[in-house]
Amino acid sequence: MGEFKVHRVRFFDYMPSAIRTMAFNSQTERLAVARADGAVEIFNFNDNFFQEKVIPGQDGRAIEALCWVGHRLFSAGLNGEITEYDLENLRPQYTVDAYGGPIWTISSNSQGTQLAVGCEDGTVKIFAILEERIQFQRNLNRHKGRIISLCWHPSSAQIAAGMTDMITIYDAETGQATRRLLVDRAMGASKNKEVVVWSVGYLSDHTIISGDSAGKVQIWNGLTGTLVRTYLVTKWDVLVLSVSKDESSVIAGTSEGTVIQFQFISSTLDQHDKEWVRTRTFRNHSHDVSALAHTDTAVVSGGMDTQLVVRPLLDKVEKNTQESALRKIAFPHRSLVGCAKKAGLLLFQFPDRLELWKLGESEGHGEQHTHTHTLGEDHICCSALSACGGWLAYSTVSSVRLYRIHVMISVSSSLQVPKLPKELRSVHQLCFSSDSSKLFASSCQSSVIVVAVSQQECRYLHTLKHKTVSTMLYRLHLLCASDDGKWLATANTDCEIHIYNLHKMKLHCMVPVYNSCPTTIAIHPVTNNLISVHADQQIFEFSLVQKEYTQWSRRLQTQGLLSLWLERDTPITHITFNPKNPDHIILHDTYMFCIIDQSLPFPELNAVLWNQMTLKNLPVSQRIGQSHAFKICKIFQHLMCVSLLEDLSLVVVERPLLDIMSQLPAPVRQKKFAT
Amino acid sequence: MAALYEGYTLCGLVPDQNLSSSGIQGIEEERDRDHVVVTDSTRSVTLYKVSDQKPLGSWTVKQGQKLTCPAVFNSQTNEYVAVTDNKVIRIWKEDDILLDKAFKATVSSDVWKVHCTHGGEPVVLFQRGAVRLLDSLLAAPQQPIEEVLAQEETIRWSTIIVAETQQFIIITTEQKGEHFLYLQRLNPNSVQRYRLEREEPGLSPLSFSAIYKDKHICLLYLYPNGHMYQSVLSVRGLGTEEGVQALPLPRSLLLGLPVGDGQLEAASAMALDEAHVAVVGVPHPSAGGGKDFLCIWNTNFQTLQAGKEMAGKIYGQLWSYSNKVFIPHGKTLSIIPFECPKSSLASALGKLKHTKTEGELNQTCHTLRTTRKSQSTTNLTTDQVLELIKTAPVEEIQKEVEGFLTRSEFQDLQPSVGQLALTLVSRSLADPAFYSSSTLAQLVHTRCLCHSVCPDLVLLALEKKDYFLCQLCLQFFPDIPEAVTCACLKTRAEDKKKASAPSQLICPVGLHKAVLINEILQTPYSDTFLLPHLKDLSSQNVMLFLQYLQFLYLKYSQDAFPQMEGFRSPSLSQIMDWVCLLLDAHFTVLVMTPEAKGLLLNLHSFVKSQVRLVSELGKIEGSLQQLHKMKAKESIGQYSIEIIELF
Repeated sequence: MGEFKVHRVRFFDYMPSAIRTMAFNSQTERLAVARADGAVEIFNFNDNFFQEKVIPGQDGRAIEALCWVGHRLFSAGLNGEITEYDLENLRPQYTVDAYGGPIWTISSNSQGTQLAVGCEDGTVKIFAILEERIQFQRNLNRHKGRIISLCWHPSSAQIAAGMTDMITIYDAETGQATRRLLVDRAMGASKNKEVVVWSVGYLSDHTIISGDSAGKVQIWNGLTGTLVRTYLVTKWDVLVLSVSKDESSVIAGTSEGTVIQFQFISSTLDQHDKEWVRTRTFRNHSHDVSALAHTDTAVVSGGMDTQLVVRPLLDKVEKNTQESALRKIAFPHRSLVGCAKKAGLLLFQFPDRLELWKLGESEGHGEQHTHTHTLGEDHICCSALSACGGWLAYSTVSSVRLYRIHVMISVSSSLQVPKLPKELRSVHQLCFSSDSSKLFASSCQSSVIVVAVSQQECRYLHTLKHKTVSTMLYRLHLLCASDDGKWLATANTDCEIHIYNLHKMKLHCMVPVYNSCPTTIAIHPVTNNLISVHADQQIFEFSLVQKEYTQWSRRLQTQGLLSLWLERDTPITHITFNPKNPDHIILHDTYMFCIIDQSLPFPELNAVLWNQMTLKNLPVSQRIGQSHAFKICKIFQHLMCVSLLEDLSLVVVERPLLDIMSQLPAPVRQKKFAT
Repeated sequence: MAALYEGYTLCGLVPDQNLSSSGIQGIEEERDRDHVVVTDSTRSVTLYKVSDQKPLGSWTVKQGQKLTCPAVFNSQTNEYVAVTDNKVIRIWKEDDILLDKAFKATVSSDVWKVHCTHGGEPVVLFQRGAVRLLDSLLAAPQQPIEEVLAQEETIRWSTIIVAETQQFIIITTEQKGEHFLYLQRLNPNSVQRYRLEREEPGLSPLSFSAIYKDKHICLLYLYPNGHMYQSVLSVRGLGTEEGVQALPLPRSLLLGLPVGDGQLEAASAMALDEAHVAVVGVPHPSAGGGKDFLCIWNTNFQTLQAGKEMAGKIYGQLWSYSNKVFIPHGKTLSIIPFECPKSSLASALGKLKHTKTEGELNQTCHTLRTTRKSQSTTNLTTDQVLELIKTAPVEEIQKEVEGFLTRSEFQDLQPSVGQLALTLVSRSLADPAFYSSSTLAQLVHTRCLCHSVCPDLVLLALEKKDYFLCQLCLQFFPDIPEAVTCACLKTRAEDKKKASAPSQLICPVGLHKAVLINEILQTPYSDTFLLPHLKDLSSQNVMLFLQYLQFLYLKYSQDAFPQMEGFRSPSLSQIMDWVCLLLDAHFTVLVMTPEAKGLLLNLHSFVKSQVRLVSELGKIEGSLQQLHKMKAKESIGQYSIEIIELF
């Protein structure tokens, strides 16, 4: 295949934010994860854990708790506000101040009619969940000291509240505290330190489970108010608990990075009376586990070390299948790097700023050119760099900004384009046409706004829309324009891909809907075929002219992809093409990049997918017989971007996980030799 | 000590009628250490399993054809390669039964030999000096082969050597009585030609052997007069100029072997490791003139380490693979296992390791001589100088000895220096007025002396209070007996300065004495022999000595005492060893001495801290071991441009 000159870039200091809390919606199989910077991410557990939505954060928005009510997502934080999110337009829909100081916890009753929040001032406030909004109902009886954790009894008649040194059980009807469970402080020197009940669980049989700062998990009888059992699981804090839906299992996350499972089982075989028994310990984190979710088949955990870990419970899934594999999600499932292929510029998107770098001509450093700080407190949700390197656009939830960039030899200037069309307000995805004359922006209700950009002005041209049968209008998360300027492809989170003809400014066709969300799409510059890769790792090629899947795509589907390809656990986030060889498609995930050579046969089902070493050791004459379409390179690891510049050199942006780890604060517990 | 073990027979031989050749062309290592391929001088190749002493397979070429080079085994392809009738290359596998049906290719020029290292690709060396990789040769067998050697120049010997990853072919040639050496690097090819220094006229080297050590190729060659030379070739910096011009090849005499009557005829020397040489066909020094011996010599100490008489005629052939010597003699091919442990004075004499190599030694002597060359006036022989020493005044002796040392070659120096020193010492002993310190120091400086040659020298120096000479002796003599070491120590201690209440941080002895004691601490010794003599020291001496050792120990442990260049200081372990020895020898006395109490307590705390250190080191040993296993990760900067290749 040949040699490639590679710009190996490691100066993208991307630092994911710590996971603060999470909530799992078992109806929709969606997991909401809140990070320390205020961003909320939605993962679809039905579709290979694909991160389908990201609501950008905001300075000063610290989310302490998340709560699903049906399809609606609420959060509460230390700013004292309750927020409901608009999950289609990916922004807060409204916020309500609870007037109780910082909010530590939020919980809804099982009917989804009421929300309880626990406040710094010691009140538990009940809000009624109405359509479109929530309304304050009343306070439960106030106590001294903050409410740290809350849990409704499944019957919605009682609420258990974790506080300092005790747990209080309220009658939800009357608002009176019916029982008070006193929690022991830690033994020894810290006897004088008050103990904080970080998390409580309230089961149907009135069992209350608590996790506290003294490292205990305690089982209480909520009817009698007696302590049933104490498990000392760590020297540090038990930060979070999560109960399985069938109430047979509870998991607890600790400050030392472990997750401990307790199960309600009979301790000896023939006995019938069951009790809570500590069963398993999972050790997948280096730092605090501050967020947990107990799904039917897995333990989902996250914390300070920023990684989301899905650990299947091996008694619930079939062993040695893809389902039973541990998954660690470290990077966002979208590209944070923009690459100007003609100008050799790289754009790095951080939550609060953009960085523009120029690649070096020869060995040496790339030069950093521009820092763009956002004005205001909203974080960046998307950004784009034109291929010529002359334009840069980015968007927050509330506004779009466009910059004209002049890159000189060592200095560069950026000039904000002052007047943007009013249609460009809230967008989810930005994309420049390949000749940099147009800017496409996906806007609300699945529409695409086309704007002409030139030196003189920035002019609104058209809004592309498609007629839809469903009432829901899904957000476009992918945009892609063809090189010849004729086509624009869009993809939404409902797995639909639409093709627009830009000459006629109308919908050309729709690609048959596949049941997994596309993770990236691209239009081939020569053949004008659309390549789409989906969350389940399938690859399709669709001819825009013939409006059908190509022969190649059909052959690939008939023969099937190798299981090793399908079992990769990070999505393909970027596709580029080789302008010199139209047969080459370059795509990458976190751990590898792959050049698919369409002229070569697909690997046999029993073939070795990663066969570069074998090929390397074969004489040239025999290579051709052994090689197949997938050229996989794993030299570069933890990839943020792989792109091919116009001069045919590859740009590889790496962000080694080790570098991220080294920037984390020291963990409370470090593994020492022989301990 | 190196040792030769009981040998065994691999196979019988069919030597020539007149017993001039053993009938074996070559022995090559096969797939592993236990398999060899033996090529006889006519038609057949046999594969042997060495430990079973039995043939596993044999291949013979047709009548009328002749194997002209030893078969080699290509471990990359598991094939054998040999040459018949000079021009036909034959390649076969173990399961090929008939050689005639196996692959053959005729090349355009006569082949001298095929060489192959284990795991490497075979290399074909042509009689006219050209070198080809087998694969590239077979790609076009009839390709023209260039002539590297001059007219009338013929190859005498050749070998292949792997230096790091580079393969080198070494060729020695003869042209009109002159000998040359070609160092041919492969891939990229380059060649350098060297001219061997002439030995006595008419003498050609009997055998060559080459090994690779310390980034240099050491070539060893033996002349019929028993002289064994070593030449060191650098493998670096080769290939800048094509070696048309023959560079002179510097050599150093490694051993002068006894030749008995006449000259050596069928003899061979082979380097076994850095310090040991196997020699065959040379008389045993203590067994008369018979030449049927296999001997192992240590070249560092020039000592015979092991010898074995071989029955029957010796053909001067010798191979060695994996600690076994293969030697054809009489009508058998014998295998003799041997062992060459790393030789050091520690093993022979005491605790000190001999780190200087012979090469360095020679060099120092060489420089010593050349610097003084200009001063020589008269040319006296050894006997004349000896006569002179018996009568002449100190100044004249000094001048003549100096001149003599300058004139003499290193290899002749050894016996005469001993004689000179002996005569000087005996005159000094007989005549108390006569003492020539500088001459003796000069003799000691040649490093050709040792204690056993001139046992009275150190005691004489002590008697005359010539501490500088003492120090030199202690430094250069490898074999000072423990009794003499103790005597030195005693003199030193008696000569102590009367420091009042020696503090731990003040050196309890003067500088000159400290230097001498340091030298004593570094002399080799063995505990058993030293202990009885140590007991002779008075308790006062022991106290002082212990105080000094304590001072040294503190110095070392406090500020990581910089080991100064050129400043000979004992190691921490030597200090601790001496402390232990002294305490062993005098513990009962010291316990009873009130002044020693503080000292003993201090020493006790040292021991405790040492024990702790060692136990802590033991704890982290496992972790440190992991460091070895870790791959050195290349550091990748923030930005680099790299080239990758996809297939």
